[in-house]
Amino acid sequence: MTIKRREFLKATAAGGALMVTGLQSASASTPGETIPPRAVGILYDSNLCIGCQACMTACKEANDMPPEHSGRYSTWDNPLDLSAKTLNIIKMYKEGEDYAFIKRHCMHCLDPACVNACPVSALVKDRETGVVTYDASACIGCRYCQVACPYNVPKFDWYSPFPQIHKCQLCDHLFQQGRYAACCESCPTGASLFGPVDQLKKEAERRLLLEPGKYYDFPVNHIQKGNTRRHKAEKYIPHIYGSEEVGGSQYMILSGTDFSKLGLPDLRERSYVKDLEGVANSFYKYLIYPVAAFAGLVYLVRKREHHE
Amino acid sequence: MNELNVVSKLSARGYSRRDFLKFCTVMAASMGLPLSAGEKIASAVESPIRPPVIWISGQGCTGCTESLLRTTHPTLEHLILDMISLDYNETLNAGAGHQAENFKAQSMEKNSGKFVLVVEGSIPTKDGGIYCKVAGTPFVEILKETASKAGAIIAIGSCASWGGIPSAEPNPTGAKGVSEVLPGATVMNIPGCPANPYNFTSAVAYYLTYKKLPALDNQGRPKFAYSRLIHENCERRPHFDAGRFAEEFGDEGHKQGYCLYKLGCKGPVTYNNCSILGYNDVGSWPVKAGHPCFGCSEEGVGFSIPQFVEADLEKHSLFTPSATPADITYQRGGKTTATAAGLVGLAVGAALGAGVVASRKLKSEEEASNQ
Amino acid sequence: MSEAKPFGGRVLTIPFILGILVIIVMLGFLAQRFLFGLGPVSGMNDGYPWGLWIAYDVNVGTAFACGGYAMAILIFIFNKFEYSPLLKPAILTSFLGYALAGFSIFFDIGRYWNMQNIFLPWHANVHSAMFEVAVCIAAYVLVLLIETAPPFLQKLRLHNVENKLSKVLFIFVALGILLPTMHQSSLGSLMVLGGSKMSPLYWSQALPLFFLIAALLLGYAIVIFEATLSGVAFNNPSELNILKKLSAIIPWLVGIFLIVRFQDINARGALEAMFAGDMAGNFFLLESVLLLVALFMLVPAKNRADSRKVFWSAFCALLGAGLYRFDAYIIGFSPGNGWHYFPTTPEILITFGIIAIEILVFVWAAKRAPLLPLSGKKSQA
Repeated sequence: MTIKRREFLKATAAGGALMVTGLQSASASTPGETIPPRAVGILYDSNLCIGCQACMTACKEANDMPPEHSGRYSTWDNPLDLSAKTLNIIKMYKEGEDYAFIKRHCMHCLDPACVNACPVSALVKDRETGVVTYDASACIGCRYCQVACPYNVPKFDWYSPFPQIHKCQLCDHLFQQGRYAACCESCPTGASLFGPVDQLKKEAERRLLLEPGKYYDFPVNHIQKGNTRRHKAEKYIPHIYGSEEVGGSQYMILSGTDFSKLGLPDLRERSYVKDLEGVANSFYKYLIYPVAAFAGLVYLVRKREHHE
Repeated sequence: MNELNVVSKLSARGYSRRDFLKFCTVMAASMGLPLSAGEKIASAVESPIRPPVIWISGQGCTGCTESLLRTTHPTLEHLILDMISLDYNETLNAGAGHQAENFKAQSMEKNSGKFVLVVEGSIPTKDGGIYCKVAGTPFVEILKETASKAGAIIAIGSCASWGGIPSAEPNPTGAKGVSEVLPGATVMNIPGCPANPYNFTSAVAYYLTYKKLPALDNQGRPKFAYSRLIHENCERRPHFDAGRFAEEFGDEGHKQGYCLYKLGCKGPVTYNNCSILGYNDVGSWPVKAGHPCFGCSEEGVGFSIPQFVEADLEKHSLFTPSATPADITYQRGGKTTATAAGLVGLAVGAALGAGVVASRKLKSEEEASNQ
Repeated sequence: MSEAKPFGGRVLTIPFILGILVIIVMLGFLAQRFLFGLGPVSGMNDGYPWGLWIAYDVNVGTAFACGGYAMAILIFIFNKFEYSPLLKPAILTSFLGYALAGFSIFFDIGRYWNMQNIFLPWHANVHSAMFEVAVCIAAYVLVLLIETAPPFLQKLRLHNVENKLSKVLFIFVALGILLPTMHQSSLGSLMVLGGSKMSPLYWSQALPLFFLIAALLLGYAIVIFEATLSGVAFNNPSELNILKKLSAIIPWLVGIFLIVRFQDINARGALEAMFAGDMAGNFFLLESVLLLVALFMLVPAKNRADSRKVFWSAFCALLGAGLYRFDAYIIGFSPGNGWHYFPTTPEILITFGIIAIEILVFVWAAKRAPLLPLSGKKSQA
């Protein structure tokens, strides 16, 4: 039995069509991202941040990270970006005489691309708290997580023969001591605020309604501890960054300056993991197609051998 | 006033001329003038011709006068006061009542256009200014009258500069600073509560030497003292930069001398040189003593923002962040070395070369098989 | 049909020795990599964590190694037994390509001592495209090893083993068609996650489809390319006639590839990006031009009878589709934030070493094992 050219083309077209429809139907059926029951996160308010970098110092201390010299001056710990030695960084945006600060570290996404990417489950999202953690004993150093992360968060030890991936883990190793993220513990103004994600979201929404120029009480450190500071409210961009981007994240940001000027990428709402799941679900679900294809191929090959 | 022979007076009190020159040099340095200015100041001070000073007080606590009196060794300070020929000062006047007022009126006439008017305390303006009267006349009128004949006007203290404590909300007396009451006039403001007396004496010495006021900022404050935030020169700044803060009075951080930002220190939003000059000749100032700055010299901060509200670091102020901030973006990675680029070219070339060689051989074989 | 025999002749020629030198240089730099890490030896960085080794050695390398896959489809599914003589060398090239890609992975990943974790059920993440790629490639290397074995079993005179093997070979042939279909498309799936950092010209939900078509195209193109070169080098013109017949596939596959890709980009409204003048746009144009040349060169039947045109068309297809695969990982990937990447000299030299190993092993096998279908004429190589 020879397969004619016409049939080959038909098969290809059918396969292609199946692929596309399979993708679309599969992606429509995958559920949206759910927030874990005891999800914790951080709310960062660029309007409150004074660039004191206490959070960077506290992070280095809590995570036992070495100082990093950026090369311009080697006297201080002054990294220029997240790296294998720096899990949290304050960056500065300058426009004329105006300054704005932004705090960058792992976003602890609700649908993390890095978790989906990792072939050996070195990066996993905690089912309860939603914290995305890293396990070096599982990691093979393939760096696919770095490719997948839309925020370029995971960093690698390029100059070590025994490299690891490094990123913020929300100081989850401190949780059992009754502590929380060190950056929030040390923030003097309340710019970096820790707490349950739903409460942080409500706080963020409250701030967007404040009248600029008036003094209000702002919670500091941990939203549930009740301490506050009086600040003058400033104008906010009316959006909570991290509430929707690629499925949402547990680290949310408020700012008076355009988010893109602060280096935050402009991302779509749908996580890219959903696109991949579309493919996986249409072709690899329970390996039905591959096994069926294998059976078909064995039949064909056997037939050819007998004819030969 | 008597003609003074400074040198003889100095030596009478045990000071050499060298000591005096040293003093003038220090004064020059505190104003940011070159050392050679010290000599100029000395000769100006020694000069027998110096303008009289009329010092009037409104809604003041006299703290600025008291502060001035306690600046230097009393003997030298006494000389400076003599040198300035203080014709009228309610605290220091020998006489009182009508006698003092008449003397002031005479001096104003005699020295019209030449005397230096120093104003201490704020000026109430509500209800015709009746909330401060001297000799039955509302102070606001006294000010206007005296200022009209003055050669230079100096407002000493926050109250005279911008209203100070009497102007705190709800400002029941309508207290205002000198500049607001005398629109259009050139007023040198020396704010502070009290003003640092050295700022005052240096500014006056500058005036005597150069016959003009020193460079002033847009609030009329001499730039040599008020052009930088206290935060910029605070000795506890490294603690701020490293995130070490006192959380409560008496806690461990407070004992360690950590930054007082969390206790409401207004150093980051107050322009003054308290951290550099200090007070009382021992260089002490509030932060050094462990108390957060109140912003007493800054309009809109002192007596306006509560002590324990953290200073808002306005993005458009002169607050300068770290000299090595992490920028949002910077170019990195991927230096394309010539060797590497060359190797890539080599590989492509080799592949193409192999192709060409093969192609030629194909041609010759095809021709051979066709024949 | 001519029989497969060893070509004979001296193995240690001057080019061969040069190749060995290149390999020695590679080993030196690999030692540096294992002692000091990836940074000192390569230009990879946190913005571009994948560089020449993943984008070329693994990604393009395995695509260039799809000759066996492509021929197996043609012979066993479409019943074109006239192509059988091309199968053995194609399988060897495939085995070498995949084995060396596996070796490249080994020295590219940072924590190679944990490599087995991929296969351990308590670590494996079955949702990961990388997992699928790794497991499939590992399985396929084994399949290729088994499929490559016959010529070497003959050389070693292990006829018993060879007989037993030939009875179950069909299972491995079937796997040899299934597995590459899965992982060549999954190599495309890998970059689906990188969507926010990719040029619209190179990102699509249909990346797996594009990578698969490219793999097939490259499979046929590499067979033509290498068979022509070895036909010329080993003076074996009989192979060239088969290639002329095979070349008809090239225009079809190029056509399908270009249509599907352009339609996909158009559907996302990103076609004008190719004229943007940036790296992504320019490389897209370059690939498309190369592929169009490959396409149109072989449309007239007259050209398909010309070995040279067949060769150059395959060459252009190799460059065009190979460049596409590489660009989807590097040129089309742009993490922003000021990051740049260009491979360093040691990085490139290591890749040269990998290529040298492939060529040298193939040449040795052609000369010492019954690999190539020879018509009996001996010649200088």
